[in-house]
Amino acid sequence: MSGHIVPQKTYFTIFALLIGLTGLTTWVASVHIEPPWNTWVALAIAVCKATLVILFFMHVKYSSNLTRIAVVAGFFWLAILLTLTLSDILTRTWIPPSTAWQTTTIESSR
Amino acid sequence: MSEHQATSGVLNPLAHQFDDLEQQHDASYFGMWIFLATEIMFFGGMFAGYTIYRHEYFSAFEAGSRLLDWRFGAANTAVLICSSLTMALAVRAAQTGQRKALITFLLLTIVLGMAFLGIKFTFEWTRDWHEHIVPGINFAPQGETLKHLQDAKVALPHVELFMFFYFAMTGFHALHMIVGIGLLTVLTIMAKQGRFSPQRFNPVEGSGLYWHFVDIVWIFLFPLLYLIGGTH
Amino acid sequence: MSTVTLEPSIESRVHYLNVSYGIKSWLLTTDHKRIALLYLVSITLMFFVGGSAAVLMRLHLIEPTGALVEPETYNKLFSMHGIIMIFFFLIPSIPATLGNFLVPMMIGARDLAFPRINLLSWYVYIVGALLTLSGIIAGGVDTGWTFYPPYSSNYSHTHVMLVAFGVFVSGFSSILTGFNFIVTIHKMRAPGLTWFRLPLFIWAMYATSVIQVLGTPVVAVTIALLALERLFHVGIFDPKLGGDPILFQHLFWFYSHPAVYIMILPGMGVVSELVTCFSRKRIFGYRIIAFSSVAIAVVGFLVWGHHMFVSGQSVYAGLIFSVLSFAVAIPSAIKVFNWTATLYKGSISYDAPMLYALGFIGLFTMGGVTGLFLASMAVDVHVHDTYFVIAHFHYIMVGGAVMAYLGGIHFWWPKITGRLYPDGWARFAALVIFVGFNLTFFPQYMLGYLGMPRRYAVYPPEFQVLNVMSSAGASILGIGYLIPLIYLTWSMRYGPLAGPNPWKAKGLEWQTPSPPPTENFEETPVVTEEAYAYSSEEARVV
Repeated sequence: MSGHIVPQKTYFTIFALLIGLTGLTTWVASVHIEPPWNTWVALAIAVCKATLVILFFMHVKYSSNLTRIAVVAGFFWLAILLTLTLSDILTRTWIPPSTAWQTTTIESSR
Repeated sequence: MSEHQATSGVLNPLAHQFDDLEQQHDASYFGMWIFLATEIMFFGGMFAGYTIYRHEYFSAFEAGSRLLDWRFGAANTAVLICSSLTMALAVRAAQTGQRKALITFLLLTIVLGMAFLGIKFTFEWTRDWHEHIVPGINFAPQGETLKHLQDAKVALPHVELFMFFYFAMTGFHALHMIVGIGLLTVLTIMAKQGRFSPQRFNPVEGSGLYWHFVDIVWIFLFPLLYLIGGTH
Repeated sequence: MSTVTLEPSIESRVHYLNVSYGIKSWLLTTDHKRIALLYLVSITLMFFVGGSAAVLMRLHLIEPTGALVEPETYNKLFSMHGIIMIFFFLIPSIPATLGNFLVPMMIGARDLAFPRINLLSWYVYIVGALLTLSGIIAGGVDTGWTFYPPYSSNYSHTHVMLVAFGVFVSGFSSILTGFNFIVTIHKMRAPGLTWFRLPLFIWAMYATSVIQVLGTPVVAVTIALLALERLFHVGIFDPKLGGDPILFQHLFWFYSHPAVYIMILPGMGVVSELVTCFSRKRIFGYRIIAFSSVAIAVVGFLVWGHHMFVSGQSVYAGLIFSVLSFAVAIPSAIKVFNWTATLYKGSISYDAPMLYALGFIGLFTMGGVTGLFLASMAVDVHVHDTYFVIAHFHYIMVGGAVMAYLGGIHFWWPKITGRLYPDGWARFAALVIFVGFNLTFFPQYMLGYLGMPRRYAVYPPEFQVLNVMSSAGASILGIGYLIPLIYLTWSMRYGPLAGPNPWKAKGLEWQTPSPPPTENFEETPVVTEEAYAYSSEEARVV
């Protein structure tokens, strides 16, 4: 709806939060966190930042459910790509290389 | 029959296929999000590839990440966040019919976008070129760089793989930024001509959505490319 | 709305075809109906280009040692056949022609949500087509339509970049069309037209558009990465760098499997329309068919790994993909059951569109169940990369999608052109196509099962009889496709005038004159009844 006008103050607040989170993610990188948790922390912060941009700068907070479904669908489909591809990559080594077929000689009837 | 300009120069509020302004605005906003969903999938393909190889060759990715200067990355992140603010304020100015503010904020956004590209191309990519770590073109690490990689005990081809992702992902991102700057330039000209009104500012809002999306891509690229190995 | 059944003269009324003349009025049009015709001409041309490659292939395969061309040329022929038929014919076929023409009309709108983007999508298609055609003229590619690296990136000496770029560009045409339809269907339905009163063709187009929007960008970025790899001799699929060629296959098939649903869902939508009209009966299980279209679109994104069972993919992933591939067959099967139930006790007439619809139901079913054979990993190990796979997808794509396309073209031809085509010739052509199709492709199931590999320019002599049968069928099929080209073109000038509703079908598009005026409706219609509201008396009338 072209109606809802977000107050400037809200924009500035979100801006400050985003800068703060950027500082946070940079600082967290300087602290040693055991992998893979460092990755998850960084991703969590990035998701927070993205969520703020989406909800406030992109007005999704004030939008219809249909728009929200469209937003979620995009990310959900990316999750499908990642998940099922990883299901291959992560399980490639699960089956140990097979030993050669045990061969038995087949007695000829002749 | 497409929309035509009324004599006042304001974009004819209602295009012929729509019944009312609300339907037109809804269609425009929803349509832009559908387009952004395609962009999520476009970048997503590269994020998928990145995820897989980061899993396979973590040390090499870590070492490669240390070849990048995180300070430029952080600075660029800040620049983009500022530009998102100015873009949001530009859309707001269009919504409220404040023409001068709209033009100012659009120009600020353009300047910040160009600052981003300037930092990237002149400081980062040029430096990468001089250090011989551009894959396919001159990837042959020497001196300090080579020593750092050898100390990390990683295979050089895997580092080259990381650098390929770096250039491909930031390259496509930069391409989208350039297109965005182009869009904003056109919008600024249109705003100067007084073509927008509180009833008809869909192009500004749509471009705003696009711009914010490009910012979001960078929000993920920064930690994933620059911060893997910490900030030492 | 208008109940006039005979127009004194087409020219005395203004409609979308005669509202303006001249090439500029066509090349700069934003009328969705004219854009549909622009697409119709373009994809027909591409169909015959891709078809010529097939003709050459089938002629070559008459002899076990190859009758016509060098093996390298044969490789180029099958590659170009696949690329053109998939990207430049099948994917745009129903959506860009019938979809563009009918979606606004079926929902009571004056045009699509973004008419200029619609025109842009056609220009983007043309640019992509020209790029690919130049690639063909320059010598084509021999990588197969699947462009697998490292062959396509490091070793092939053919025009991979040019052709791949053409495909990349054409993808954007597909995205723009899909995006336009989604917004239009959501936002521009006429008053009273709730989701569950929509024609099933619209549900099918909606599901197709979702796939186009979410899948195509992935193949776009995949081709872009492949191009970078080929250009700079470094990339992410190169084993020399530790890259994984299977990653390419994951990214490629993530789109290309849903792409086959882009190609079949619109056909299913058309068949739903044809079956109800020519049985004079409400569709059986409307909601289930609607939901099944969406289910196919969603679950279709979860099965791509079944193309990679023998590529080196993990067996566990293969297991998941196999189970999901069985699941995706269920909504398709449900549609077949529902169409059959619609036919039951219907008042069936065998006009040409209905012949195509009936052909679709039978041939799609055959193609579909062989898909299940392929989804079973144990069977797939045996028949992967053989003619069994080729027969499977041609049954669906040609026996299914192309027949549905022709059925739809014939059904809506009077609406599009205002003319009737000669029905005798149309039925004859449908039968020729049906016979020619089966003679071409049924032997290929047998060839594949017996072990003849696909994409081979030569074969063992014991397969010759089946190959010759297939080639004979192909020539009949080719003639079958030429016949409609002739009489449909003839009818545009000499066919008898059609009234607004020659088939007495339900649906908003039949409430307008034929051809329709530019704005489609004089007043926005208000919908008060369900879709396919054929009365039960009509169904039982002899």
